[in-house]
Amino acid sequence: MAIVVYLETEDGNFKKSALEVSSYGRKLADETKTNLYGIAFNSSDPDKIRKYGIDKLVNIKTDHVFDARIFADLLSKNFKELGGTIFITGSSADSRFIFPVVSILLDASYATNVVDFPSGISPLVLKRSAFTNKGFVFTELKTKYKIIGILNNSYGIFESERKLEVKEYMAESQDSNLQVESIKEDEEKISIADAEIVVSGGRGLKGPENWDLVEDLAKTLGAATACSKPVSDMGWRPHSEHVGQTGKPVASNLYIAIGVSGAIQHLAGINASKCKVVINNDPEAPFFKAADYGVIGDAFEVVPKLIDGLKKFKSR
Amino acid sequence: MKILVCISSVPDTTSKINFIENETQFDKSGVQYIINPNDEFGLTRAMWLKEKQNCEVHVISVGIVDTDPILRKALAIGADQAFRVDINPMDANQVAREISDFIKNKDYKLIIAGRESIDYNGGMVPGMIATLINANYVSNCVSLEVNQSNFKATRETDGGKENISGTLPLVIGGQKGLVEEKDLIIPNMRGIMMSRKKPLTIIEAKYQTFQTDTVKYEKLPPKGAIKLVNPEKINDLIDLLHNEAKVI
Ligand SMILES: Cc1cc2nc3c(=O)[nH]c(=O)nc-3n(C[C@H](O)[C@H](O)[C@H](O)COP(=O)(O)OP(=O)(O)OC[C@H]3O[C@@H](n4cnc5c(N)ncnc54)[C@H](O)[C@@H]3O)c2cc1C
Ligand SMILES: Nc1ncnc2c1ncn2[C@@H]1O[C@H](COP(=O)(O)O)[C@@H](O)[C@H]1O
Repeated sequence: MAIVVYLETEDGNFKKSALEVSSYGRKLADETKTNLYGIAFNSSDPDKIRKYGIDKLVNIKTDHVFDARIFADLLSKNFKELGGTIFITGSSADSRFIFPVVSILLDASYATNVVDFPSGISPLVLKRSAFTNKGFVFTELKTKYKIIGILNNSYGIFESERKLEVKEYMAESQDSNLQVESIKEDEEKISIADAEIVVSGGRGLKGPENWDLVEDLAKTLGAATACSKPVSDMGWRPHSEHVGQTGKPVASNLYIAIGVSGAIQHLAGINASKCKVVINNDPEAPFFKAADYGVIGDAFEVVPKLIDGLKKFKSR
Repeated sequence: MKILVCISSVPDTTSKINFIENETQFDKSGVQYIINPNDEFGLTRAMWLKEKQNCEVHVISVGIVDTDPILRKALAIGADQAFRVDINPMDANQVAREISDFIKNKDYKLIIAGRESIDYNGGMVPGMIATLINANYVSNCVSLEVNQSNFKATRETDGGKENISGTLPLVIGGQKGLVEEKDLIIPNMRGIMMSRKKPLTIIEAKYQTFQTDTVKYEKLPPKGAIKLVNPEKINDLIDLLHNEAKVI
């Protein structure tokens, strides 16, 4: 029996979520007195994971197009070879693409949106965010193999150095009938999923021409930009920025909402964020009931001042 | 070509979420159920394929009799036939197995499901179905074109997009972008009348064992009071975010 974590990489580097997943795995391995093994694709510097509690890393080398079936197959095979029983992954779009496939290949039960360390280990019970962040459900995984999908920023990153052993694994080539072409957004841009801070604009900003306010604030903070649903429906901003119950989920450390009323569907999707700030000129806006900090005022006056203040703060 | 749209019935997006029986049951009282929004985008995309490419559209839901109004609504929107697997859905694996069994030996070339259901947010069913029936799979699908044997789709990733093309059969996890909000079809009187005559077939469930169990529910922790900052003293906000919340 062993715990295995899937360590996601981007351009060869471990993602921040990989460090969180391995920290979580380390604690679970300690509590169950087992080893912690990692699987990564194309890591260019496997040694970087040494500090985060991994005993052995299988680094799969492949230049295959991103076909969920093939990646899931490679993960499942290596998981079994390592003698894994619990598989831990993050919640990126890619891992949520692959792991439903893995769960069928391994006949494993799978819990997504896990927000905490297991509340019980035998049986394994996991606290999951449900009803789009309007509540929690505790789910027991009952099969021999189990998959835990943890939500970003829900556990934290802890160091624990181990004697890391690295094994390179050359993936055999497999047939795929897929052609895949990936289109990266602006390289500079931070994605909502990976961001620690998200700045979001609503209909209160009146029109797309005013979005430099949101972008300047985001740039100052190193944040990702987001928007409410009507804003993307009207084409002021791209779909990919729509957050909420029917858009992208946000689980950042800081969420700043400008000119967003705070409708229940919006709040549901961003509620997993730790600290929420609202800037709105209507004191009755429902967002004031959901936020930690609020400014009642005109965004067009408040936000430029905030950007100024932050620039001074950053240069201190 | 025949298309199958998977429909999950979920609490309306404005629903207040409560639990009963010592927090072991979801409180359904007063909750209005709707077609899962991600599925509604998919269903609308299927209706366009029906119109323009002469496809036949079937819908399926795994659920007990309460689910019928949702399926009738899908028929009123324009689906040709509805199927309901008669069992309370307990987990994604069970739903995926029931639907995959239904699909076997039928010639569905395209299976449209949603990115996730907005109740349990699993995001698992479409990927599981694709694996079980050995079809191609595209999650977070924001655009889709198909012909007799091939597809072209776009998947939203965390940092951009991915264009994927390949051969049918295909399963997608769809979302907004497949069609827009303004394209959603509100059933008219004729659609509603016609839906009563369309077949809604009940299918006996096969899988009675589950991989997971729901142990209990928990409400969100109560929220502390908001701290208001005077807009004239915006530096106070920076101070609070830095020293108190420690987020900048
Ligand atoms: C099925 C369904 C799903 C939905 N899913 C989502 C979802 O995923 N995400 C989402 O966001 N919404 C969703 N909605 C829509 C949601 O109900 C609201 O309509 C939407 O969130 C409102 O967007 P908004 O706050 O930008 O606009 P509005 O509600 O118009 O609010 C604008 C706000 O700006 C403020 N304002 C105006 N001028 C200024 C100024 N000068 N300075 C400061 N503040 C100002 C106003 O006081 C107001 O509070 C969904 C709705 C449905 C029915
Ligand atoms: N009980 C169900 N019956 C039919 N389809 C379902 C059911 N549950 C989930 N689905 C489909 O699978 C998608 C993803 O659901 P989930 O994996 O539960 O988040 C939904 O958008 C539906 O298309």
